[in-house]
Order: sequence, then structure tokens, then C-alpha cells
Amino acid sequence: MSNRLISWFKYASPQSFYPLAGRMIPWFWALTAVFGVIGLWVSFFVAPTDFQQGEGYRIIFIHVPAAWMSMFLYVVMATWAGLGLALNTRLSGMMAQAIAPTGALMAFLSLWTGALWGKPMWGAWWVWDARLTSALILFFLYIGFIALQAAIDDARRADKAGAILALVGVVNVPIIYFSVKWWNTLHQGSTINLAKAPSMATTMLWGMLLMALAFWMYSIAVALTRVRAIILEREAHTEWVKDLNEVKA
Amino acid sequence: MNAVLAIIRRDLLLAMRRKSEVLTALFFFIIVASLFPLGIGPESALLRTIAPGVIWVSALLATMLGLARLFAPDHADGTLEQMVLSPTPLGLLVTGKIAAHWITTGLPLVLLAPVLGIQFDLDVGALGVLVVALLLGTPLLSLIGAIGAALTLGVRGGGVLVSLLVLPLYVPALIFGAGAVESHISGLGAGGHLSLLAALLALAVFFAPWATTAALRISLE
Repeated sequence: MSNRLISWFKYASPQSFYPLAGRMIPWFWALTAVFGVIGLWVSFFVAPTDFQQGEGYRIIFIHVPAAWMSMFLYVVMATWAGLGLALNTRLSGMMAQAIAPTGALMAFLSLWTGALWGKPMWGAWWVWDARLTSALILFFLYIGFIALQAAIDDARRADKAGAILALVGVVNVPIIYFSVKWWNTLHQGSTINLAKAPSMATTMLWGMLLMALAFWMYSIAVALTRVRAIILEREAHTEWVKDLNEVKA
Repeated sequence: MNAVLAIIRRDLLLAMRRKSEVLTALFFFIIVASLFPLGIGPESALLRTIAPGVIWVSALLATMLGLARLFAPDHADGTLEQMVLSPTPLGLLVTGKIAAHWITTGLPLVLLAPVLGIQFDLDVGALGVLVVALLLGTPLLSLIGAIGAALTLGVRGGGVLVSLLVLPLYVPALIFGAGAVESHISGLGAGGHLSLLAALLALAVFFAPWATTAALRISLE
């Protein structure tokens, strides 16, 4: 292990991860700002007006990245949770706990912006369509995870119980998605398809990808900030936390 | 295998000694399903359309009501710890407990469902499909519910929490279960939905006792 360039397990300990996260956070905030500003500029000023949907379509530059992140973050959260169960590392559980609120926020944002988009386009705030419904259920799964962790006082037990729930959820998400899809489908087909050329202007695609990157960097920055708070909370009894400058002050 | 049968026998015996608990969930099922016509109105065409969904949602809620009984009493009197310590694998014992839970809460729902179906003016064919769908679906509900019951064991506000954890996971069972009856009524045939429900059941029989066992071990740490 020691002859490796980077010893990954070194950063599995909260004590060594805490300063590392502190150093990484400003970079991710900076990247968020850069991608966000360029992405918003592209999506508001460069991307052409859609000939069917007018200017209202521009909400997809928030909606689609939020929806992507809500799904992606659940998988990331479940991965951390699974690592925590398998390797019994404390930090993994903390990461899962730190990601959950951001994931729930993304799921909520995608529902909210979807409703704002749906009203002018479909004439309804909400329709019982496959993707809307599965996004709603994903939101419920996040809430369940957060509620379960909050209800258990012992942090390690909360981590493990949450991990099992996250893993059960991750097995269920595709099942829920397909069951809801076969149940009813009205949502427009996926706009970005890797198999065929995207059915949208290239600048629109760029705007969406830049915004997705901005959301991604934001999620990492916020999760790292949150995990630092969780580390301080859980390790409050240790010497190294008491020696930290910000704790002394 | 003997241990599994012994667990099932023991849990059934306990349920028989405290009949009121089993009957409460059963009457809850009947009452909830009977409230819908009162809220919606007595037009039989409308009732026929909503019947599969209403009966399935009532079954979901009734099963969930029984989940608190699955592990909590054994946890309270220490039996569960003895089960963890016993030479028989915990997974087998858990499977036995889930089976007993299904016999006491799921099976009565299956047997009562046709009566409720008649209330909602379903024809004989649809009643048959409803019974088959519930026969496949209620074990699924017990299996998934057991994970939630094990996770919330001894947790503050566990009763409400379990509904938050379990109900989103019940969605596929609800869709395919109610969908089977609906597609039979609309003349499409219920085969596809029932096959999917059976596939989900097979998946859950394999994975759910395993996840429940892991959750129980965490609760008892």
C-alpha cells in the first residue's frame, strides 16, 4: 500500500479528510461560478428561441440538469452507503448523509421547474406521466432516507440503516421507473439520446451541458461543506477537533 | 426447514391468542375500501373503474398497519436476540416470520377481496383476476414491508416512519396489481401484469429476507 502514489485509505479517516475537503471547496465553488455564468449566458443569449415552444423552453436549462443530478446523486449516495457497509468506514456514511439533502433539493427543483414548464406547454401544472411520477417517488425515497437517519440517535447505526435503505432504493428505482412508464406515458421523448443525433440546436445542448457541469460542481461543493459540518459534529469529542483553529475561536 | 415451520407455527399461535390485532387490520381494510364509495358517489360505472385501485390501496395500507407487529414484540421481550444467537441462519427464521405475517394479514385480505369487489360491482372474471393478483402481490408487500419494519425497529416514531420508507417501494406492486384487474376489464388480458407481479415476487423472495436480516442485525447491535 505504501508504495502507491496516493494512499486513498489515508483520506478515509475524517481527520485527514476534513482539511482536504476544506482545501477543495473553494475550487469547486469557483468552477460552479465559471460554468454557471457561461452556461447561463449561453442559455439566455446564445441559444436560439425554440420555434415551437418560444422563450419558455429556456427553463430546461435548469430543469434537465436538476433532474439528471437528482438521479445521479441517488446512485452516488447509494455507492457511498454501500462502501460504508462493505468497508465499515465512518466517512462513507457521512458522505451519504451529506449528499442526501442536495439530492432531495435537486429532485424538488426538477419537479418545480417541470411544473413551471408544463403549465404553458401542456396546459397543466402536473400530469401523471412516467417521468414526473418516478421523479416524485425518487423525491419520496430521499425524504425517507433523511427521515430514517434523523430518527436514529446513534450515528453509526443511522449510517448502516440508511445504507440498507439506499441500496434497497437503488435496486427499486429502475423497477419503479419501468413500472410507471408502462403504466402511462405522455412525456416528450428524451431530447438527448446517445444513439442518435440530438434533436436540438448545438448551442442548446452546450448550454444544457454547461449548466449540468455547474450543478455538478455545486453539488460537490455543498456536499463537502456539509460533510465537514457532520465531521465536526460527530468527532466533537476528539482531540484533533478541539485543536482546530476554527473550533478554538 | 423444521426451524422455519416451528417459527411459522409459533407466530400463528401467537396471532390466534391475540385475535383482535389480526382482526383490526382486516376491518381496517374493509372500512377504508368502503369509505371510497361514500366519498365519491354510488354510480356503479365509476365504482367499477376505481375498484381495483381502491382495493389495492386499502390492501397496501392494511399490510402496512400490520408491519409494526412483525418484529417489535419479539424485540421487546428479547426473543429476537435469541433468534440471532440460534444456530439456524437468521435469514431462514426471518423468512418464516414473514410467511407467518403474510398468513395472518395478507391471506385474509385475499379471501375478503371478492366480497369488496362485489360491493364495487365487479364481474366474476375481474374478481378472479383480483384474487390472483392479490395472491401474488400481498406476499410481495409483506416481504418489502419486512425490510422497513426491521430498519425502524426500536426507532423513535417508527410507526409513521415505516410508512414513509415502505410506501414508495410498494408502487410497482400497486401498478401491476391494480393494472392486472383494469386490463382484464378493458379486455386486454391480465397475463402480462400478473407475470410481472410474479417476477417481482420471485425477486423479493430472494433479496428481501437477506436485506431484512442485515437490517435486523444493525438494529440489534
